[in-house]
Amino acid sequence: MSSTADHIIEADKLTKRFGDFTAVDAISFKVKKGEIFGFLGANGAGKTTAIRMLIGLSRPTEGEATVAGFDVYRQADKIKENIGYMSQKFSLYEDLTVRENIRFYGGIYGLSRKKIKEQTGRIIEEVGLENSAGNLVGSLPLGWKQRLAFAVSMVHSPSIVFLDEPTGGVDPAARRQFWEMIYQASAAGRTVFVTTHYMDEAEYCDRVSIMVSGKIEALGSPAKLKEDFSASSIDEVFVQLARGGAVISD
Amino acid sequence: MLWRIFSAFVKKEFYHILRDRRTLFILIGMPIVLVLLFGYVVTNEFKDASIAVLDNSRDDLSHELRQHLEASGHFHIVADLRSYGDLEGQFKTGKIKMAVVIPARFEDDFFDKKQTTVQLIADGTEPNYATTLVNYASQMILRFQQIKSGAAAAPYRVKVETRMVYNPQLRSAYNFVPGVIAMILMLISAMMTSLTIAREKETGTMDLLLVSPLPPLLIILGKVVPYTVLSFLNAVMILVMGFYVFHVPVLGSLPLLLGICLLYLAVALALGVLISTKSETQQAAMMSSLFALMLPTMLLSGFIFPIKSMPALLQHISSIIPATYFIDLLKSVMLKGNDLSFIWQPTLILTFMLVVLLGLALVSFKVRKE
Repeated sequence: MSSTADHIIEADKLTKRFGDFTAVDAISFKVKKGEIFGFLGANGAGKTTAIRMLIGLSRPTEGEATVAGFDVYRQADKIKENIGYMSQKFSLYEDLTVRENIRFYGGIYGLSRKKIKEQTGRIIEEVGLENSAGNLVGSLPLGWKQRLAFAVSMVHSPSIVFLDEPTGGVDPAARRQFWEMIYQASAAGRTVFVTTHYMDEAEYCDRVSIMVSGKIEALGSPAKLKEDFSASSIDEVFVQLARGGAVISD
Repeated sequence: MLWRIFSAFVKKEFYHILRDRRTLFILIGMPIVLVLLFGYVVTNEFKDASIAVLDNSRDDLSHELRQHLEASGHFHIVADLRSYGDLEGQFKTGKIKMAVVIPARFEDDFFDKKQTTVQLIADGTEPNYATTLVNYASQMILRFQQIKSGAAAAPYRVKVETRMVYNPQLRSAYNFVPGVIAMILMLISAMMTSLTIAREKETGTMDLLLVSPLPPLLIILGKVVPYTVLSFLNAVMILVMGFYVFHVPVLGSLPLLLGICLLYLAVALALGVLISTKSETQQAAMMSSLFALMLPTMLLSGFIFPIKSMPALLQHISSIIPATYFIDLLKSVMLKGNDLSFIWQPTLILTFMLVVLLGLALVSFKVRKE
């Protein structure tokens, strides 16, 4: 075990119940600073609920968690200053242009006018939207919208960015482009917490956890998990887990 | 810093408004359409109503009565009937809405016996219109009687003199201009606000706002302020239209009047925010606004149907509708020229409603779901 200082997200027996239904069942994990942490699981496994607890949109029923060193129960406001979030519903304003969206999000994070201008130029260049900066976001292809939403979620340079199913509904080429951006963010020292149900994307992560019906059933680097389960791909690991059996390694 | 965040928010909201044709129409077209609709279509005033006359007398006096009726410009005699039998046919085709039956020996009875009866028959399928026609015709016949009797009048007589204060000509505009303001402000403030918040929930952008460090109050204010400004302009626009097109006066103080509009606006906005916290989709927000706000505002506020003639239960409901007090206040200030000392009570009630609704709205607008 490494020291706590290196961990930017820590969850200990974090639980969310809706009535009789336990959506997230006592999950515990730690995410290292600067790492790309894959949060895997089938649809309905509880990934989104877990993420919503970490970013302060949903109050945990039980358990502890800290994000960027702040407590999810008491310091949600502090957490918000340190994180970016991209939801699985594609979430920019379709009736605003690319530039207007960037300015708006820059504005609500309180960036200075100069900083907003700087970020607008940088994001437009990074996503490759030089020729469409004045177009309504609604007119862009989905892959571009997703990359733009990702870039916009980092407009205030947060230390952690949470991506909830960021690549749903696009072709493999667009997904590949999106992951290029994740690598860039990670290379810039940002921690990336990404949920997905595409098992092939797990191979791109530093470490992954696999959630099955509300519980984390496996956690470790992709290579380690494949070794532990004697599997050739994370997909195979997942299939084995879905049949039962758990391995936690760090 | 807060100011910058706020202005970014308001700017975005104006983009939404200006780029959505539906919203723009509701904001600009709706008030004009409603005012003109109520001004020219929905009205109890009438001109040139088609009537029939069954004159069984055909003497000089009956001829004069017919001229007297037509001279007013309100009645137009389209049929001169010979017998009662013709009456039904006229009513059935819908050509006439009222018939005046003059008895035989009209002139003789009037001057000799000093007593005669004119019968008014009206089409009851449209009760309001029928009542209006009959009332007006009765008044004219009474007046005719006074002119004709003159000095020869009976020695004992009670003369009734009526005067309608605050609205001597009984113009319906005096009633509908305040009513339309109440409706429009409710429509724009409450419905549009709840719709725009529900839209952010539907598209998922609300989550992004909630994940940002924006205080919830700022999110609500950012949503509410643009609509406040627009609704307020709408209220002014309707007042101006009322004044110049329909000659509805503003006798009381203008600042007081605008202040009352702002108060009511705030109540409506709080209602809108409250509805939006309870609805996850635009459709749900729309339905709640329509049934919980628009219909009561239209039907139970005293705008269309008088509150005093409602059954007790509806009167109670009417007493919790903000528009009831607002319309009362508007009429009070515009038509009677009252100052605050006359209207503190409804003002206080609206203020109380505002405090309660605002409290409820703020409590139910939660960043974090349980």
